[in-house]
Amino acid sequence: MALTLSEEQELLKNSAREFVKANFPIDQVRQLRDGDAALRYSRELWQQMAKLGWAGIIFPEEYGGLGLGYAELGVVLEELGRSLAAQPFLSTVLLAGNALLLGGSKDQKQQWLPQICSGAATLALAFQETGHFSPWQVETRAEAGDGGFCLNGEKRFVLDGYGADQLLVLARTSGGVGSRDGLSLFLLAPDTPGLSITPLSLLDSRNAALINFDNVQLASLHLVGELDRAAAILEPVFDGASAGLNAELLGTLSEAFERTLTYLKTRKQFGAFIGSFQALKHRAADMFCEREHAISLTLEALRALDEQRDDAALLVSAAKARTADVANLIGRESVQMFGGIGMTDEEDIGLYMKRARVAEMTLGDARYHRERFACLSGF
Amino acid sequence: MNKPDKLEQFRRQTADWIAQHYPPQLRHTPGASEEDPRQLKIHEKNWLTQLAEQGYLAPRWPKEYGGAGLTDEQVRVLNRELRKAQVRSPPISAGLSLLGPVLLEHGTPAQKAQHLPKIARNESVWCQGYSEPGSGSDLASLSTRADLQGDEFVVNGQKIWTSHADAADWMFCLVRTDREAPQHEGISFLLIDMTTPGISVAPIRLISGPSAFCQTYFDDVRVPKDNIMGQLGQGWTLAKQLLQYERQALGSIGRGDARRALTLPELAAQEIGVNAAGQIDDPVLRDQVAQCELDSLALRLTMSRSADEARAGRGSAHIASTLKLYGSELTNRRHELMISIRGADGIGWEGPGFTPAALRTTRQWLRAKGNSIEGGSNEIQRNVIAKRVLELPE
Repeated sequence: MALTLSEEQELLKNSAREFVKANFPIDQVRQLRDGDAALRYSRELWQQMAKLGWAGIIFPEEYGGLGLGYAELGVVLEELGRSLAAQPFLSTVLLAGNALLLGGSKDQKQQWLPQICSGAATLALAFQETGHFSPWQVETRAEAGDGGFCLNGEKRFVLDGYGADQLLVLARTSGGVGSRDGLSLFLLAPDTPGLSITPLSLLDSRNAALINFDNVQLASLHLVGELDRAAAILEPVFDGASAGLNAELLGTLSEAFERTLTYLKTRKQFGAFIGSFQALKHRAADMFCEREHAISLTLEALRALDEQRDDAALLVSAAKARTADVANLIGRESVQMFGGIGMTDEEDIGLYMKRARVAEMTLGDARYHRERFACLSGF
Repeated sequence: MNKPDKLEQFRRQTADWIAQHYPPQLRHTPGASEEDPRQLKIHEKNWLTQLAEQGYLAPRWPKEYGGAGLTDEQVRVLNRELRKAQVRSPPISAGLSLLGPVLLEHGTPAQKAQHLPKIARNESVWCQGYSEPGSGSDLASLSTRADLQGDEFVVNGQKIWTSHADAADWMFCLVRTDREAPQHEGISFLLIDMTTPGISVAPIRLISGPSAFCQTYFDDVRVPKDNIMGQLGQGWTLAKQLLQYERQALGSIGRGDARRALTLPELAAQEIGVNAAGQIDDPVLRDQVAQCELDSLALRLTMSRSADEARAGRGSAHIASTLKLYGSELTNRRHELMISIRGADGIGWEGPGFTPAALRTTRQWLRAKGNSIEGGSNEIQRNVIAKRVLELPE
């Protein structure tokens, strides 16, 4: 399939751009950071997005979704990334929602997917325990007992984990820490006794939480998918989520790059626009080239997922590795080129670098994905 | 039959054709001793003849000019099948890749009929007369002059980096036909028969050893007036268009040659070894190899995306600069890595004590330094991108 947008996708892109422009001024990032609301995103705006069909883009129509693909999802996420729009897309749709779709029972799907698609419910996936993305490094244990499980452990960086209506929790039911086998998923309400949620304050002012499980008692019906077999559900979920996050990151770095270009064309020093200086021109040209490659890989990864190709995982990792590196380059260079003003909180450019840093890290940084690319390439 | 079916049928036919016509002797079998180079040359020549007869050396060109008259989609399928079959890639020659497309668009009917079929059959060798000793990056300052005397131009001056000039039948050449006009408007585009009296050629030795590059001298060389392509004084426009094709051709070098004896990961595995999991046994090197392989993939995708965009009418003519810049830097990085992987085996110049493959690595490493200089240095490409694509102020 061609690596360009179809007419329908162009229309979607335009309507996403309009919506985002009208509803997510950049200043919302500062408001979220400095305001009192611990939720760190607007539930009302999320419901509006859901009304546009975005929350259900990739979900089947029988659950109230649009039944479209990752390519369309990428179009929307890229526009959201351009405005640093805070929303629970990644957590609710791409992580927890997709895991339910792939692993949930009929009842679980029927109960939650329509609510996700309509924007009525937000969900979070609690999986990470270590500083680096290493999804099978799970110490949180769910011990089987009379008719259920007892959950103990701690989860870090649970995206949108504060204020979520349901938590999907990855826990070890057998095997040693680091083993791919022996992991299981549980779906539970955040007010379950023994569970405590601490909101985290991150660089990008988005919602993330530290969640502690202290003898949390769960009935068997909370189990999602087969016992001990959660890794098989989560692997494709992480690929889809990485590809989506990648599209969002592409939007963020593109906006940062374009704002920097505008600055180079308007800022004057020594009686000339600073963009006329070759030292800056050449670096801008390099950033442009790098971004072109990030665009190509991102689009190809989304298409590979839609076409369920064998090389989809390899392409997702290639795309995430490359886009993360490009985001880092553009983040650094943009603040440098803005000079002193780029260091101030008043100027927006720093907000892009901060969000890019978090997105680079989330679901595996460039090093993680290059290593995975090497493994999948067979060397 | 609908369009995808037709394309699939074409794909199958092409794959069959390649399987039937590719000389098995050209296939690299790991571990096999290297075949006699003279024999290989013959097989290679046969393969080129087969491609030429199908019109596959110039697949886009109309059949009347020796092409295959394929659509862009079919050309993509053809290239993909050629890559998939890991056959020797068709040559990137000055005639096929650079002059041909410009001649198709701007040549007179007589010029097209005279030159295109021979180029498409690989029967005439062309060289490029662009750079001069005093005009490298600043190409438009060129001073080789062509003065119109009756029905002929009289050419005097000197060209450099004229690849294969010593074997070429023809040269396409930028000359100054008006010294009073502004720099860019006094240039014309001439097609010069290399057997014309007054032309002399001297090869250039590079840091990597003997090369295809030459210096070419013109001493009162008389060229028929009809050998001008385009209008008098409009050569620069054609020259720039041709440079785009050159950048594309140079950029495609970085995407990697399917028939290279060993891939980068294979070379690293062979020289450095692998661990129990089959991974290159040096995590730093493994990361560098991954970076190179990943970037090659990115470059390939950007190439096909730019082709898709061009088809959709959204292309930028200056994407060629991006591809050339990135492709040549990637090639350089790849060769740096290869020579470092070979260690002391990579410092041999010639003769005994080194394998032919190791010596090739060393020479290729040296030669690759030129990739970021030729066809407009990468600094020039960055200027082009900054000006034409990013529209940064002068």
